[in-house]
Amino acid sequence: MVQTRSLIDEQGLRTDGRTTDELRNVKIQVGIVKNADGSAYIEFGKNRIIAAVYGPREVHPKHMAQPDRCVLRCRYHMSPFSTDTRKNPAPSRREVEISKVMREALEPAVMLEDYPRAAIDVFVEVLQADGGSRCAGITAASVALADAGINMRDIVSACAAGKVDGKIVLDINDVEDKEGSADMPLAYLPHLERVTLLQLDGILNQEEFNECLDKALQGCKMIYEIQRKALIQKYFGDEQELKEES
Amino acid sequence: MSSSRRSTIIVEHLRRQQMREAISNSKRLDGRDLDEMRPLEIELGIIGKADGSSRVRLGNSEVVAGVKVETGEPFEGLENKGALILSAEVLPTASPYIEPGPPDEETIELARVVDRGVRESEMVDLDKLALIPGKVVYTIFVDCSIINYDGNLFDASSYAVVSALMSSKLPVFEVQEGEAVVNTGKKMDPPLTTIPVSITAVKIGDSVILDPTAEEEACMDARITITTNSEGKFAALQKGSTGSFTIEQIKRAAEIARIKGEEVRTKIKELTNNGH
Repeated sequence: MVQTRSLIDEQGLRTDGRTTDELRNVKIQVGIVKNADGSAYIEFGKNRIIAAVYGPREVHPKHMAQPDRCVLRCRYHMSPFSTDTRKNPAPSRREVEISKVMREALEPAVMLEDYPRAAIDVFVEVLQADGGSRCAGITAASVALADAGINMRDIVSACAAGKVDGKIVLDINDVEDKEGSADMPLAYLPHLERVTLLQLDGILNQEEFNECLDKALQGCKMIYEIQRKALIQKYFGDEQELKEES
Repeated sequence: MSSSRRSTIIVEHLRRQQMREAISNSKRLDGRDLDEMRPLEIELGIIGKADGSSRVRLGNSEVVAGVKVETGEPFEGLENKGALILSAEVLPTASPYIEPGPPDEETIELARVVDRGVRESEMVDLDKLALIPGKVVYTIFVDCSIINYDGNLFDASSYAVVSALMSSKLPVFEVQEGEAVVNTGKKMDPPLTTIPVSITAVKIGDSVILDPTAEEEACMDARITITTNSEGKFAALQKGSTGSFTIEQIKRAAEIARIKGEEVRTKIKELTNNGH
């Protein structure tokens, strides 16, 4: 994490022209994988990520089945062409860890007890990575779960905040992730007001820590609106959206 | 994705109820206060062949960490820095539920969270460990072996790694005629800048407790591990397990991690006799 150039200019704008409170462009499309029970495609800055949900379905191997609830399984994977230098397609330790925290971020939202002895599989494929791919992946995966008609307590919205050039900023991009001084991804249940994923890389004092947490939270609330619109768009079309706004 | 240390430990229904009840009355089954850590013991230099080593006991959890130093190629993008590589293995000695084999996701998470604390706090000044920039650098391996599992491996392993590094002596390598790297046979102190300390809290019901035992981990709703540096700043954090926290609980946990972290740091300094 070496500071090599200024990441915020005199006007307070960042390398990609955003202010410190602005998200990158986020676009979500629902139901793009035909064979899946539910799916979503997200563009989050330069991130291009597909999430597909299969299930509830029979568990294989069978010994994994739970008598009183469903097992949620999650795979986060990056395509070999998703990064600057080719990524080995075999799952890395980083991907294993992200798969785990992603599952733990989604699980509190899913009503597992409604599907005993079954499995729900969530596959998140990063086609192009741009920093913040775990947050974008969680955001897409929870939309895909909703699209699959899985009973849920809430949706999961995820966004990161961090510290760049001494300032706390929303939604860290690739350059800021590599050259900035801290990155804090957060996943949140917007209605239940619960944090389901939180990580931190980099140095923050107590005050900055709280500010960063609050900023990431604001980001999650913005992401939630986009998720909601995408789902309404798929199931009710433009008409409903217009009605909502008027 | 499959079996793990925690999910295979079975706590009887009554015992679980007893634990939740006790904790909601601010008591724990082993008699500790909610924010009380178990006794911490550190033994140094137990492995003569390692460049630094320690055995840490946190209650009944026991971890041995060893430092081995070699020369090697730098990581891509970090050509002028030494390489630090951290691993963890939960040995089959650690519990009746563990079988030998490749690391499961819990063990991978463990190693990565301990690594994050050491790396993000910049405990080891890797800029001072390049030999021929872009070609040859010091490579520091810190490997942890978990000998016995009774909960809170995150903190036990983190203290083992940190104390092993603090007590280590690195071989001095020299560059001769611009290309040959030789071991001079001399030893030096590692370039350390800070002492990262992790504090793990878990949520059971509505209470947050520190330093959970295996039994408590089997009943937890959610876990949070927070690492602070010597200045009391936050360097790394990881929420784990399938439950959730409120924002207030996280802010409170962060404060506790700062205060308790300083207590543990003083203890580690004392036990390693290092005024660093």
